[in-house]
Amino acid sequence: MNTADLSFAKLDADKLFRRKRLIGFGIPTVIAVYLVYIFFVFDIPGLAQRANFDNAVTLASDSWSHKVHVTRDNRSGEIIYAVEGERKGRYPDGERPDWVSGDEVITIDLGEGHVVRYLPDNRTEIQVPDFPLIKVQAEGRAVTSNLPDDLPSWISASSRRIGITTPEGRITLTGARTEVFNYFPGWELFWFTLDSPYFGHSLPKILFGEQLDPTRSNVAGAVSDWWNNAMWRHKDVAWAIGETILMAFLGTMGAAMIALPLAFMAAKRFSPFMILRAATRRLFDFVRGVDALIWTVVLARAFGPGPLTGTLAILITDTGTFGKIFSEALENVDSKQIEGIASTGAKPLQRYRFGVIPQVVPVLLAQILYFLESNTRSATIIGAITGGGIGLMLTQAIQTQKDWEEVAYYIVLIVVMVMFMDWFSGWLRGKLIGRKD
Amino acid sequence: MADISLSAASQNVESIQASYMAQVQRRRLYGGLTLLIFIVLMVSGFNIADARNAGGFWDGIGRVFDYPADVLSEAWEKRADLPGLMAKYFPALVETINIAAVSTLIGAIGGLLLSFLGTRGLAKWPRLIPLFRRISDIMRAVPEIVIALMLIFVMGGGPVPAMIAIAIHTAGALGKMFSEVAENADLKPVEGLASTGATWSQRMLLGVLPQVLPNYVSYTLLRFEINIRASAILGFVGAGGIGYELRNAMAWGPGRFDEAGAIFILLFATIVFFDQVSSRYRNRLTEGQGQ
Repeated sequence: MNTADLSFAKLDADKLFRRKRLIGFGIPTVIAVYLVYIFFVFDIPGLAQRANFDNAVTLASDSWSHKVHVTRDNRSGEIIYAVEGERKGRYPDGERPDWVSGDEVITIDLGEGHVVRYLPDNRTEIQVPDFPLIKVQAEGRAVTSNLPDDLPSWISASSRRIGITTPEGRITLTGARTEVFNYFPGWELFWFTLDSPYFGHSLPKILFGEQLDPTRSNVAGAVSDWWNNAMWRHKDVAWAIGETILMAFLGTMGAAMIALPLAFMAAKRFSPFMILRAATRRLFDFVRGVDALIWTVVLARAFGPGPLTGTLAILITDTGTFGKIFSEALENVDSKQIEGIASTGAKPLQRYRFGVIPQVVPVLLAQILYFLESNTRSATIIGAITGGGIGLMLTQAIQTQKDWEEVAYYIVLIVVMVMFMDWFSGWLRGKLIGRKD
Repeated sequence: MADISLSAASQNVESIQASYMAQVQRRRLYGGLTLLIFIVLMVSGFNIADARNAGGFWDGIGRVFDYPADVLSEAWEKRADLPGLMAKYFPALVETINIAAVSTLIGAIGGLLLSFLGTRGLAKWPRLIPLFRRISDIMRAVPEIVIALMLIFVMGGGPVPAMIAIAIHTAGALGKMFSEVAENADLKPVEGLASTGATWSQRMLLGVLPQVLPNYVSYTLLRFEINIRASAILGFVGAGGIGYELRNAMAWGPGRFDEAGAIFILLFATIVFFDQVSSRYRNRLTEGQGQ
């Protein structure tokens, strides 16, 4: 190697380094510039104003706790005790929580020295530690109180409505009604509603204790009361999860069954006609390109809301995806096996059955099972659009914006369902193909 | 002597043949049973889905193309307006693509970290490998719509909730795929770097990343395709972009079908375009591998 070569090589190396450096700095710069552009396009500075952090607090606290409402109707004087203020969560007549006492004067003990008293003639007294006794009188549509003018931040007051938020509970007073919300941790009435005879009994007592309902045996009655729980609707939830899994299963398997013969038509090795091949491939591209969202919208018009619509949307979209994957797998089969089968005098159908299918089945099964899991997630989302399965229940619960504990319950169920399907498809793949990963 | 051994051999052959036939028969029986169970599951599943749907399958099947035909014929009648409408909805389309791009970018960075932290041999804290694997499993299992809806409640509508939701899911999904690739990475460069006193991040960046980058980029491109679809769908539940416009356009009903038609065409063209581009680049990236 002479000096000219050496300097040439040096120059080359320098060029290479310069290019590497350019790429090394260029790509991060492009990404950074893009992120800055997004920062302004998505209006992230304005996000802090638009975000409602009260909602976040409600969401975080309501998802693991529940409240019991004590409501006085100021016109009739009737007092209602209800979990979450729902009709289904009402205490039966003559029963009330044990932190409420008194007949003429109803005393509600919120704990830690916070006491609310419902007095006759729609008067209310609220006792909060380190604060003078608050007296409120409801008259017609207005409320009058002895509150001072400069209020602490936990009290909001106008002539129509007074709201008091304490760490122990919340009190709202209007002309029409006086309400106290007392918060407790946990999901209320998850097992039994208040009208069930099994409410408030421990599991051993239900299993081994005396018969609580004279007409039914304890276990049967408890299971049926839990299953038909009107607040948590365990039966509907189970059906909804079943529907979602059904959509994924039917959609995936149906798509695979339709795609397999079509894939033969699209694979170069098995389809002699160029036009047929091209047409099948364009069909795959088309159904894939139209996307599950548009298919869902279109199919919902024809079939109405429900699991069938979701099934068909998954089926059609995945026919395209499977068709593409399958035909690629078919083009990569080893021709030696097919020749071997042909040498025994096998007819074309037998050649496919014994020469091709055994080669591609592991690939196809792995893909189908992978899609089964991923379609469980898609089915949740499609269900939210078309109205079917657990996706619908979740969107409904979120839209009512108050049953956050139900939302949390559904989310836990969805995550468990998807993880189960993930595990199940992996297990099945291991069993069928004999390879675990 | 020879007779005896011959008859023994033929007996042996017979018994082998008999047991082989029995095995074949058993296999056929199992195969047939599996097929039967599968068919029963499919048929009964279809019937359940059909019964629980608002409209039946056989009533609806004839009407599948009514709606697309209405939309397309109206769009065709007003075809002169189509370019204008497409221009009108183009910003929404760009928003959808931006959501997908940013969430893929953030998700890929998250997935990269999760994969290095959750792969044996590469992890910075080997004891925490199961923890990082579970984190990526959970991130993958949560459907985007769940996070998106919760964030919409807190942050209001717009692209940011969708972006975060898709990014979380992408990080989990890519974390798993990346770590499968990283498991096969050659550890010698890492050892070599370690012997020069390189820190963990230097070892990952200079020792592992160059080996796995083509596969990582290929998976990321595939994810980008998927995320465009996801971001369009999330728009439909209120997260901005073309999906949101589509829902509004559909709510107007007949007479304004041309707007829905324009959105359908835009969405279709976008998905096909990015599909083709990304599959071209993916083929180029993984060329010459796996042989």
